[in-house]
Amino acid sequence: MSAVPMEYYLILSAFMFCVGVAGVLIRRNAIVVFMSIELMLNSANLTLVTFSSYLGNSIGQVFVFFVMTVAAAEAAVGLAIIIAIFRNKLTVNIDAINIFKW
Amino acid sequence: MPANNFEYYLLMPYIVIGVGIVLSVVLEISTKKSKELLPWFSALLFFGTAIYSIFNVDQGLVLFSGMLEVGGKSAIFNTIFNFGAALIVLASIDFMKKYEADFGEYYILIQSSVLGMMIMASARDIFMIFMGLELMSICFYVLAGINRKKSSANEASLKYFLLGAFATGFIVYGIALIYGTTGSTSIQNLVENFVGYSSNILFVLGMILFFVGFSFKVAAVPFHMWVPDVYQGSATTVTGLMSTVGKAAAFSVFIIMLGAVVTYGAPNFFKSYFAVISALSMVVGSVIAISQDNLKRMLAYSSVSHAGYMIIGLAAGNKYSIAGIIFYLAAYAFMNIGAFSVISVIEGKDDSRTGIKSYAGLQSKSPFLAAMISLFMFALAGIPPLAGFFGKYYVFFGAIQANLTWLAIVGVLSSVISVYFYIRVVVYAYFKNSEEDFEIESSVGTYAAIIISAAFILILGFFPDMLLGIITSAIK
Repeated sequence: MSAVPMEYYLILSAFMFCVGVAGVLIRRNAIVVFMSIELMLNSANLTLVTFSSYLGNSIGQVFVFFVMTVAAAEAAVGLAIIIAIFRNKLTVNIDAINIFKW
Repeated sequence: MPANNFEYYLLMPYIVIGVGIVLSVVLEISTKKSKELLPWFSALLFFGTAIYSIFNVDQGLVLFSGMLEVGGKSAIFNTIFNFGAALIVLASIDFMKKYEADFGEYYILIQSSVLGMMIMASARDIFMIFMGLELMSICFYVLAGINRKKSSANEASLKYFLLGAFATGFIVYGIALIYGTTGSTSIQNLVENFVGYSSNILFVLGMILFFVGFSFKVAAVPFHMWVPDVYQGSATTVTGLMSTVGKAAAFSVFIIMLGAVVTYGAPNFFKSYFAVISALSMVVGSVIAISQDNLKRMLAYSSVSHAGYMIIGLAAGNKYSIAGIIFYLAAYAFMNIGAFSVISVIEGKDDSRTGIKSYAGLQSKSPFLAAMISLFMFALAGIPPLAGFFGKYYVFFGAIQANLTWLAIVGVLSSVISVYFYIRVVVYAYFKNSEEDFEIESSVGTYAAIIISAAFILILGFFPDMLLGIITSAIK
């Protein structure tokens, strides 16, 4: 079985990262923006696992667990904030949340 | 290091704050009186830890197989974080009642965020930086929206959360690339082989992504778009916390990551990046602040330009300028916490009275507050002999030593611009007639925070060598 070259994984994860960044900048729904951020974190996870596997040390894989845990904590807080804002304004569209000049 | 040499007393600050968080949670669920007890308990913890840390600066040691560094630089940062948080807690006691959010959780979140900052500043491994950063940031997202019924707080919290998490994405991807090219997350390894790694384009890209993420956190232009909205929308005391100690924590990470440049005099490959964002931050922050009528928003832009002054020190990257940054951060913590404490006293319900018009004729309503806000504004403007002047002086001097004279000139010009909007507040307080009639509710805790901040601004201004001596001894 011939292994898939490392570059393939790196290019895929770089592409995922760019999709995430584009999503944050373009999409206007707070939940979709948040999903794009998760995509960025997951692309970083893929990079970490790739390097970990090709370098033959486990630090990267351990780091992925930390990143996933933190992402879960962030999701809990983020969704709570989005719910709080929905209760007040009945919308999660970022353009409608504009008391301050953006 | 063998376990029997383990000097537990060096870990006291972390243990005290960590145990304090657990005790506070227990206190909060077990008694109805926790609201009265928690602020004093937190203030005691923070003051104790701050004083303990400043007396243990000379005890440098790396613990946990190269994960955590105690003493030295991290002890100074611990002092800044804990002292700042203690003052914020004092200022919060009466303000949070007015803000209708005097929850016990507020103090627990402040304690947790301070623990995160302490871990960041003491990190010797990128793992620790990441965990500390997230502990701090997640607490800040919640603190920004602590009053969930206010739409302004909700908005601030959402914007802070989305852009903070966006920055985290950059940081994690940067860490992944740094790990991939160095094969380890140890900062010791990074510092020792910095020059070798820097020929690798992926490593440089990783560092740049990492620095971009932290540029979001320190509010540097062009990553500053969240700052005015978040600083204006959050509770005033929370803004005081985020803009001072939160910024100091992010700067501590910059200093750790540039360790090779600072300690071994390696060439600073990121000089141009820092020089550009610092020049942009200083100019954009100072110019936009001129047109702001809301004092919190004005201080937000001023915070952007202060981030610019501090980044000059990172671009210069010599020992003198790094000591300057740390001194500046300490001075800035006192100036800004003092200013936000005054704002929190004058502020009324529902974000009213944060505009500059409410400061007209302040001298006749409360001579004390008028004198204090003038002192803080003069200090922020960098007028000698107050603390703010020496912060800028050391950083500019470091820049000139590193052949970045143009950056120092931009810095001086933008400080001259910034004098206008700082002095404007003083002019309103002393030379305009009062337009609004309102009662200023005095508050013991807030006044204590104001007086302590003012005292330290004067002490650091008249005897800057006291603190600078400790800092230079620590970063050797």
